[in-house]
Amino acid sequence: MDIHSFLIQLLNGLQYGLLLFLVASGLTLIFGIMGIINLAHGSFYMIGAYMAFSLSALTGSLLTAIVVGIVLSVALGVVLEWALFSHLYKRDHLEQVLLTYGLILVFEELRSLIVGNDVHGVAVPAIFNWSIPLTATLSYPVYRLFMSAVCIVLAVLLYLLISKTRIGMMIRAGASNREMVASLGLNINLVYRLVFALGVALAAFAGMLAAPVSSVYPGMGTSVLIICFVVVVIGGIGSVWGALVASLLIGLADTFGKVLLPEAAGVTVYLLMAAILLWRPEGLFRRV
Amino acid sequence: MKEIGFPRRTGATIATIAAIATACALLAASPALAQQGKLKVGLMLPYTGTYAALGNAITNGFKLAIAENGGKLGGRDIEYFTVDDESDPAKAPENINKLIKRDNVDVVVGTVHSGVALAMAKVARDTKALLVIPNAGADEITGPLCSENVFRTSFSNSQMGIAMGKVMADQKKKTAVTITWKYAAGEESTGGFKESFEAGGGKVVKELFLPFPQVEFQPLLTEIAALKPDVVYAFFAGGGAVKFVKDYAAAGLNKTIPLVGPGFLTDGTLEAQGDAAQGMLTTLHYTDDLDNPKNKAFKAAFEKAYKAEPDVYAMQGYDAAQLLIVGANAVKGDLTKRAELIKAMEGAKVDSPRGTLSFTKSHNPIHDIYLRKVDGKQNKYVSVAVKQLTDPPRGCKL
Repeated sequence: MDIHSFLIQLLNGLQYGLLLFLVASGLTLIFGIMGIINLAHGSFYMIGAYMAFSLSALTGSLLTAIVVGIVLSVALGVVLEWALFSHLYKRDHLEQVLLTYGLILVFEELRSLIVGNDVHGVAVPAIFNWSIPLTATLSYPVYRLFMSAVCIVLAVLLYLLISKTRIGMMIRAGASNREMVASLGLNINLVYRLVFALGVALAAFAGMLAAPVSSVYPGMGTSVLIICFVVVVIGGIGSVWGALVASLLIGLADTFGKVLLPEAAGVTVYLLMAAILLWRPEGLFRRV
Repeated sequence: MKEIGFPRRTGATIATIAAIATACALLAASPALAQQGKLKVGLMLPYTGTYAALGNAITNGFKLAIAENGGKLGGRDIEYFTVDDESDPAKAPENINKLIKRDNVDVVVGTVHSGVALAMAKVARDTKALLVIPNAGADEITGPLCSENVFRTSFSNSQMGIAMGKVMADQKKKTAVTITWKYAAGEESTGGFKESFEAGGGKVVKELFLPFPQVEFQPLLTEIAALKPDVVYAFFAGGGAVKFVKDYAAAGLNKTIPLVGPGFLTDGTLEAQGDAAQGMLTTLHYTDDLDNPKNKAFKAAFEKAYKAEPDVYAMQGYDAAQLLIVGANAVKGDLTKRAELIKAMEGAKVDSPRGTLSFTKSHNPIHDIYLRKVDGKQNKYVSVAVKQLTDPPRGCKL
């Protein structure tokens, strides 16, 4: 591999890693901080992508679709938390798995009834629909670079929200001791409802942003679910920086795995996870 | 009512029981009736999940051909038994056994998914049940796993690759890269391409794979750009096909290195692929705009019956029924005359919407493979890539 190819592959890896972070960031909140095993996270991603498809067809603009989509997904998150998840905080993980697995089936069936089983494409917004030539044959789509930029901004905002703001403090306090926070007179139920809604909105936003490059197809949610859990586990439960670092590591491992060890490309990510967990069983950045 | 001495409710209960008993008696008698009268056709196809649309298209095509034949097979009326195979290979042996052992069907038609079809072919081989496969392209089914009672009316995976390899070699392309998911269908398709492209004097410089069903293509596109082949042959389907074609174009590769593949790369996906797919060449045993009288009649009849345009899958289902009609007519509807039935089906020259369809010794289709070009939202006919392509038996002992 010459230096040119190496640099381009490095870019590929970082860019894929940032996209992974975007998808996994919602799970960092719901699973990492709230402690709920949410298998339906991939479904929220899928719902986002389908919203981008239907809403942009309706409104004619991906940006409008994203704004409307975020509002809708926050509403969905609030309703789901109120109706279902708020009953699960004190139950064991098995019941959370059962509920969220059920939700996957429900959402997939609804998707099939409402939009059908065809593969759809979402057009890249015109201002990003060009490429930067890198070599004589290869150029890099600007929309991918734009996505990476959005992911970095989001990572910073999320970090500031959790670590530096009052609401972040309440979230962290609630995560370590719910009863104590409630007895101090804080409305912890409301905080949790907001965090859950934010998690759903992040997953849906990831789906909307990725829709133009990934296309929109049945079962797209399940394909990102496992890798999201890998990101959260490697990064350390509940750590936003951990999730970012883990995403980038996975992006690089996957990219170079595909190029250098194509025979083992399917397992490089999981080998990385196994190695990191042997070295640091709590993940890279677990808060103590 | 009261004078009779039965309270009202008891009377009603007795009536219900009598009705149920009668119904049971009728049900028990029906298999015996059916064996003399109706011919039982088992449809084992995906009616839910990703491939549901394909299962329905095949069913519609099959029933259209039967309807055109007066609703009969070999002069006998038909009773359908339907099983949703869910494209789940784990459930396949149980599902096909339900049709063969419980429902006693005379013939099984199915299915789309190659893994399920492989399991069905194994059961059919053991139980000697007549099986007609209207889609699944796994080479093995008409290769090492072939048996005299199994026919395929669709294609085998390597056929499309063989046809495209020949076309590219004829265009004097020197080097090629193949790319696909690391699974049987992909490896058979790209293997077919390599076989005929290299036989025609070209060289496949690299075979790229990625794990099924991953769709992060960027690293491999970078490799293709570094290798600079004359052509890239790709096998993907569904969402993967859409994303690969779009990523390939977004990376600017389509400006210098043409992307080609089997028809599945651009069939039913053009809406989603949009501009990225324009001008792409693909090979398949069918195109919508195929100019022959049979195809025009088929399209008109299908649109009349179902208010939708037929696709390649509907055509394959249609031909499954056409092949069975030839066989059943030869034995006047008595499918137990197995030797005569199979002889008639082996010798069949089916007038298919795709052109003439006949069968190899291993019961795989012999048909023209067409070169098609994407134009707007359609795959337009360009030329015949290979006339009456007959693939080698690959280990079949028939």
